[in-house]
Amino acid sequence: MTKDDFWQGVRGGFPVMVSASPFGALFGALAIDNGFSVFDAVFMSATLYAGASQMVGIELFGHKVQPWLIVLSIFAVNFRHILYSASIARHIRHFSGVQKFFTFFLLVDPQYAETEKRAERGEPVSFAWYLGFAMIIYIPWQITTLLGAIFGQMIGEPRAIGLDVLLSIYFMGLVLGFRKRDNWLPVVAASSLASIAAMHFVGSPWHVSIGAIAGIALAACLPLPKQHEEPVTLEHEV
Amino acid sequence: MDSSEHMQLIYIILAAAVATFLTRIGGYVMITQMKRIPPRMEAALNSVPAAVLSTLVAPAFVYGGFDVAAAMLVAFAVGLRVSSLWMLAVGWLVVMTIRYLTV
Repeated sequence: MTKDDFWQGVRGGFPVMVSASPFGALFGALAIDNGFSVFDAVFMSATLYAGASQMVGIELFGHKVQPWLIVLSIFAVNFRHILYSASIARHIRHFSGVQKFFTFFLLVDPQYAETEKRAERGEPVSFAWYLGFAMIIYIPWQITTLLGAIFGQMIGEPRAIGLDVLLSIYFMGLVLGFRKRDNWLPVVAASSLASIAAMHFVGSPWHVSIGAIAGIALAACLPLPKQHEEPVTLEHEV
Repeated sequence: MDSSEHMQLIYIILAAAVATFLTRIGGYVMITQMKRIPPRMEAALNSVPAAVLSTLVAPAFVYGGFDVAAAMLVAFAVGLRVSSLWMLAVGWLVVMTIRYLTV
């Protein structure tokens, strides 16, 4: 039963692993480009296990942005997980303390979505199933990071094969993914304009802090949206 | 990168890993303790990803050169409809085409 559950999880997670793998390799290659060693890249994939925020981290590190802002940005990009962990709490009450620790450590977007779906279908959310689903994503995430990083080390000039443009486009995709949020357009406009101006007048890496603070301050000052039930939405995959 | 810089990177990664884990367990802790985040703080926190990410996109578009700007524009148009993997593929194709043609 437990073994069946585990393999059922592995089969369920397989398509997620396939679609996440290019991002793992891309992360590895770009991490090297931003001054990481192969070890650093895999270390980050193993301890954070959160694709989008890892990309943000390497880019900010490459720009020599202040460490506190790097950590805060990663925290903010991952903030949505708070909604997930609140929402799956009712399905994992029967897990032991150690099992809960691993459950939360491995709680990525597709893992959350599948856990909810499984509970909704009335199938048991067992730890064996959860772990099977997680491992078929987590382990290849490390392997693709490693392969990407090794590949990244072999490339002399990332511009020559067009790698340099990928992070900007990737981040643009993430920005677009947040477009359902309250005050999205004013925040994006304020941060974009402030960062462009700061890049010109102050220079890198200050454009990141200045631009970010402009958008966040605006969001804190704008009238609050009407109170609505907190919607648990999936904004991004890996 | 010298060794003190490298140690700093390791500490950044560790701190970020702890911060990430806190987001993953935070909702569970909150729902068992039933505390609410102040609404203005929540609005500010909600805006952080779009705010930070915009600062990584907009300057690249303005100062990155014609090839990068063109690739980003096309990827933007595509990105309103398809997944990010397609955005990357199309943007990469545009930038490589321009670079090949203007060598």
